[in-house]
Amino acid sequence: MTFSNSAELLSFHWVAYSIYSAMIISVIAWFGYNLTRKEAKSVVRIPFYGYIAFLVAGGVGHHIFTYNAIPWVSQDITRDSIKPDASYNFEIADHKWIGLPKQVVVQCGQTIKFDVHSRDLVYGFGLFRQDGSMVMQMQVNPGKDATGILESNDILWTFNHNGVFDLTSTEYSGPAQYTEDGKDLMLVKNFVKVVGCKDGGGK
Amino acid sequence: MSFMNNLMNGTNFDHESLNALQKVTLRAVVMSFLFFGLVAIEGMIMRLVVTGPANPLPEMFSHPEHYFSIMTVHPIVGIFGSTYQLVFAAFMFLVPFLTKKPLYSVKLANAVWILITVGTALAWIAAFVWQYAPLYTLYWPLPADTKQFSVVGGIVFIIGVALIMVGTLGFIYNIYATIFARVGVHKDKTTKELLISGFGIDGMLNLINKLRGKPPYTKEPALALPVVAIFRGTVDTFLDAIVILSAGVLVLVYLIFDASGHPLDVAAIDSLLYKNYFWWGLDLVADGLVLIYVAGSWYLLATLITGQKLFMENVARAALMLELLVSWMVWSHHLLADQNQPEMMKLISGEMVTAFELLTQGLALFITLVTLWKARPLKMTMELKYLLGGLVGFGLAVPAAIIQADMGMNRVLHNTQWIIMAHVHIALIVGLYMTLYSALYVLWPIVTNNTKMYSAKLSNVHFWMYLIGGIGMGAFGGMAGLDGMLRRHLYVNGEFNTLMILAAVCGSMVLIAWAVFLYNIVMSVGIKGLIGIFLPAKDPSASYGIEPEVVAENHQV
Repeated sequence: MTFSNSAELLSFHWVAYSIYSAMIISVIAWFGYNLTRKEAKSVVRIPFYGYIAFLVAGGVGHHIFTYNAIPWVSQDITRDSIKPDASYNFEIADHKWIGLPKQVVVQCGQTIKFDVHSRDLVYGFGLFRQDGSMVMQMQVNPGKDATGILESNDILWTFNHNGVFDLTSTEYSGPAQYTEDGKDLMLVKNFVKVVGCKDGGGK
Repeated sequence: MSFMNNLMNGTNFDHESLNALQKVTLRAVVMSFLFFGLVAIEGMIMRLVVTGPANPLPEMFSHPEHYFSIMTVHPIVGIFGSTYQLVFAAFMFLVPFLTKKPLYSVKLANAVWILITVGTALAWIAAFVWQYAPLYTLYWPLPADTKQFSVVGGIVFIIGVALIMVGTLGFIYNIYATIFARVGVHKDKTTKELLISGFGIDGMLNLINKLRGKPPYTKEPALALPVVAIFRGTVDTFLDAIVILSAGVLVLVYLIFDASGHPLDVAAIDSLLYKNYFWWGLDLVADGLVLIYVAGSWYLLATLITGQKLFMENVARAALMLELLVSWMVWSHHLLADQNQPEMMKLISGEMVTAFELLTQGLALFITLVTLWKARPLKMTMELKYLLGGLVGFGLAVPAAIIQADMGMNRVLHNTQWIIMAHVHIALIVGLYMTLYSALYVLWPIVTNNTKMYSAKLSNVHFWMYLIGGIGMGAFGGMAGLDGMLRRHLYVNGEFNTLMILAAVCGSMVLIAWAVFLYNIVMSVGIKGLIGIFLPAKDPSASYGIEPEVVAENHQV
């Protein structure tokens, strides 16, 4: 099982967590009902060590599952050794993007590096689909290295589905990010355009 | 009894019969629930703003300065003004109750609730008057950004938070001074024995000895298990107070230099290092003291409700020791979206150690449930209902966070409404507060000298509205997070309209439930009684005579 983009992952997560929620609420409700009944008997005997093993397996297994099913995890960890198909460097200062290309056009399956630098505050870098759902995000911390060069905040992303994505800061950096009537000044409409994919994703 | 008579005099509440410990406990409880009302109103304002232009609020609430001012004080009022006060009140009563020793100092206990109340009020005023809005995360250098925020507002805010932390240190001193006092049952105990028991080491040694076929290290641990949880959780409360205080001093220094016309260079502080330091401390609240205090409260409530010994008590004691290590090493799950955070820290601290919280909290849930099960049949009292509600809350909220504490999931969930609604709000509103309501119903007759609750029906209305509203609000907010809605972002065009309307409806249920609860309490103690709580006690006793065993008798069928 592999998720080719975040929309698939989020849908899966929605279903899985909803089932879990219904289950835990039902179990406690059933438990509470039976607490008041003298004749209530245990339906199943849950062995203590079996329960502990289940929790450990759940905690660790979750990460093993996502490492294998979500492609951006390993890509993120090894990004220093991966050569991107294209790189984009830009800065943020005073709630404004500096040096931002008007639009990044990506061919299906290309891996793009976004390297963002902040001159003042902590910001975020996030891409969003037209329906508002998130493609991906990262934090953008300010700071300079020992030579005075602005710190990198870089992310590699492989685009497997066609779409046009908006950019905005995903971290709060003060009310100056907005106009008085609430317009987001850091929102860049249609910043990334992905082309060349089949309808279901992939080349 | 007429409505007016009840309103003025309550049911059978007599404030003059209360001793000093009971009065100081009730004072903090009153302040806590007043702040709860404030935080619920703030929450509803924010919920309504994001429903879009059709919201009925005056336009000023949608202005970014105003909106983010509310968002800044909302957790300060909720966590410190309300939750800390309620937890501290309960524990400053419970430690003397469980150890059968007097509280070290009632004066100090009074200072604690006053300091936290004044501190919370100052922080709120800073946001309301000067619109100081760096949010509770205080990401460097935002709190020292005087281009966006007023210096005076910042100074008032930091002084407010500092007062809260000084009050917190007062609570910590009072708790440890009471636990270590060698009087009563601890007259012959050494500090070493109390320390070993406080850290849960005796439970671990008992387990090791059992595995090696040796007799237990101790058959009667020096401290009762709930006191061990309070002891352990308070270690994290102390560390957290130190971190927040020191961060506050840093911000204060920058603001004062700025006000003097000699601003310091904010770049002198590494923002990522600061983030690590601050989250380490802040996370001791979320993943340290809350989980430990809650586990301890569950154990206490389960034993008080059933009147039986806790199931697997030694394991529970040892688990509290394990939680010590876990809570100190999990902060990196807040930094999984920070690309310069070392990958090994993300992997070990952010993912693996964090996953242990599933184990420690799952263990506490299991032990509590089995203890209750073994004692059935039980009466479905209000305290039992709330305890089960608390278990549901954490049963939902802990996995929601563990799921996000993953490098893959975090990439699409970080800073969305998922974590703040499906995890934080359900953990606090449903998990923590339901547990605290359970404790309140258990302790009510003891703290108020058997005052009759005005209406059992209203108690039930509160329970169901609060439970459904709390879970519903968290669930709909969480779904909005999955749809991409950010948590620290202003949406004024109704972008996530449907889910936010549903969340607002559920949030209204929480607010109404609070009003119902408050009405029930006021009608029980009466306005005269409420005022009387704040008058000096005639009886200066700092302890209470009812034995925990007596409380349990009321729950048997």
